[in-house]
Amino acid sequence: MSGSETVVVGGSGGGDEHSGGGGGDLTDHLISTSTWSDEDVAAAGIPIRDAKIVSIGGGLGSLALVDTLRISGVAADDIVVLGDHEVPSATYEYLAANSQIPRHERLRSDAGSVMDNIWGFPSYALREAWAKKSPKRVWQVVTEPVLSEYFTPQAGQVYESVRRETQRIGWSQMLRLGFARMVRRRRGGGYFVVHTPENPGGGPKRVAYRTQNVHIAIGYPGVAFLPDLQAYRDEHQDFHRVVNAYEPHDHVYSQAASRPTTVLVRGSGIVASRILQRLIDDIEGNGAQTRIVHLFRNYVGGPQGDDPKFTRPGANGFAYQAFNYPKAAWGGQLRHRLEQLEGDARSELLDQMGGTNTAPRKDWQQQIDRGMKAGFYSQSIGTVTSVEPVDGSEQITTTITNRAGDTQVITADFIIDATGLLARLEDHRLMADLLEHAGAGKNPKGRLDVDHSFSVRGVDEGTGRVYASGSMTLGGYYAGVDSFLGLQYAAMRIADDMAARGEVRRLGSLRSMSQWTRWMRNVAP
Amino acid sequence: MTPTLIGRIQTRIALLATVGVVWTLLIGPLLVGIMSDDDATLGDVYRLAFAALFVVGVVGIAWEFLYHGLQQYRWEKDWPTLFGLLQGVPEAVTTLLILSAGLPWDVGDVPVGAYVIHFATTWIVVWLFANGPMRVIVPRWRYDGGRLL
Repeated sequence: MSGSETVVVGGSGGGDEHSGGGGGDLTDHLISTSTWSDEDVAAAGIPIRDAKIVSIGGGLGSLALVDTLRISGVAADDIVVLGDHEVPSATYEYLAANSQIPRHERLRSDAGSVMDNIWGFPSYALREAWAKKSPKRVWQVVTEPVLSEYFTPQAGQVYESVRRETQRIGWSQMLRLGFARMVRRRRGGGYFVVHTPENPGGGPKRVAYRTQNVHIAIGYPGVAFLPDLQAYRDEHQDFHRVVNAYEPHDHVYSQAASRPTTVLVRGSGIVASRILQRLIDDIEGNGAQTRIVHLFRNYVGGPQGDDPKFTRPGANGFAYQAFNYPKAAWGGQLRHRLEQLEGDARSELLDQMGGTNTAPRKDWQQQIDRGMKAGFYSQSIGTVTSVEPVDGSEQITTTITNRAGDTQVITADFIIDATGLLARLEDHRLMADLLEHAGAGKNPKGRLDVDHSFSVRGVDEGTGRVYASGSMTLGGYYAGVDSFLGLQYAAMRIADDMAARGEVRRLGSLRSMSQWTRWMRNVAP
Repeated sequence: MTPTLIGRIQTRIALLATVGVVWTLLIGPLLVGIMSDDDATLGDVYRLAFAALFVVGVVGIAWEFLYHGLQQYRWEKDWPTLFGLLQGVPEAVTTLLILSAGLPWDVGDVPVGAYVIHFATTWIVVWLFANGPMRVIVPRWRYDGGRLL
């Protein structure tokens, strides 16, 4: 499903490289050599700096690990974070805002997946109840999902609390802005992480961080389009009428607000739900005369699954579950089961639990029902055979073949691809380098192969380890890697593995309790 | 926390043996005055209350198998917080019946008022503890399905 075009959402680039010796830049020799000695790096004139751990990404994945390590007793001076934004939630907020989740809207994450608090207590629900002096959220979280829908936090609450936690743990002291270019093995053990500082000023153009512990949490390299939409964009260079839900695309809503507009929505996951909500809100609240055509490739007409004990609710084209996997995938029996599986069996269980699905929110279902009755929302099912511009107009036609084999043509002013953020490992420069030079491999889902402790397989160098967490590890032994709680789970596993290797202290009950009281008082770890 | 079977059992026993015991010791003196026997002593209260705790701990293991079985019919394979609270109702009834039958030791006629207050408050305190502080004391507990060992 991934296209060849990648719209970069996180930092993956870096400056141009020039060969040469001693100039402080990467040399041809270094670029072509998989294992470097200290002398090799020094000969290129690249300054070497030591760190206990280097976390690459600087987003929420980095925050989860750094927070856990700081709480476990690692000093800020021993940690280096390489990122391209001051605030770890920046990229997340950018993508969420584009996909129509502004700060006041709620995310798809549960009350206990607290990004700024490794314990998940007090939960987002309790904190919102406290802040608003309203017991409503407590009632919701106590009765979910039986009498209420699941509590989910407002995006703004997550961003604000992340900001608070970064200040508490000294994030800015650990952060180095710029681009992480590559991770290479170091002769004698450990690794070099080559960094291109954002504003070197009079400083070095490249810095090589020498470390025994590397953590990679770079998120998605970019957004990817459905193949037919990718082909359309490539051929017609039209980036205006065919857009991805994660790109800025407010012009669609602006036009829809000013004149009758037809929007074709592709995809039936949570992002499609958000886009539909925005379009329908504008129709019902602001008088927009929009016609929405929702195109499904795989239509979910009813509950999914043959096993009566493992049937997922589904209706009206959507597969419904509260979060992107069943809850037990994060910490219950499904987590345990997935951990025991290898290869295709693991991949199959991941597909069974995950795949395309959305949250069973009543307000969304009611909007769709109203839209069908009023006629501004319609559904089509089929496989796309072509996407073409209409001569002499600003519209696009999508030709589909439905299940009966009949052809149907859908004409729209805009097409929004809401099928998600799918991209290949090779689309990220650092990942491509890791595969080529460090010996990393792929898991059954084609993502980065990590073990149960999120240690990247095949790249051990002496006592050194490279860890990875987040979306790049989907297909491993844990399903919810691309979630707040999944990032925190991975962080705990990594910290435990580092503790087993003697790199850090293992977080025990006494320290956990004392650190929690420090968190409550907003005092540095 | 989304429980596994072993996690359920371990958490139940651990919380009753710690939070349950401490709460029972604390609330005991307050229950003396509402025992049906006017001559009841603190010792009588504790004989009743600890018998109840013991039954909830031991017979509760059988309950956990039932809850785990029911959980298998849920797509999420989870156990909503509310269920954890409400399962106290049938357990209170069966525990009362067992105590009335003279098991695990003779507590005489069970004073229902004192029994209900002890059972309900202990249940709620343990439930609250499992839904918050437990995550702080055992930071990996919520990932391990409630497993402690």
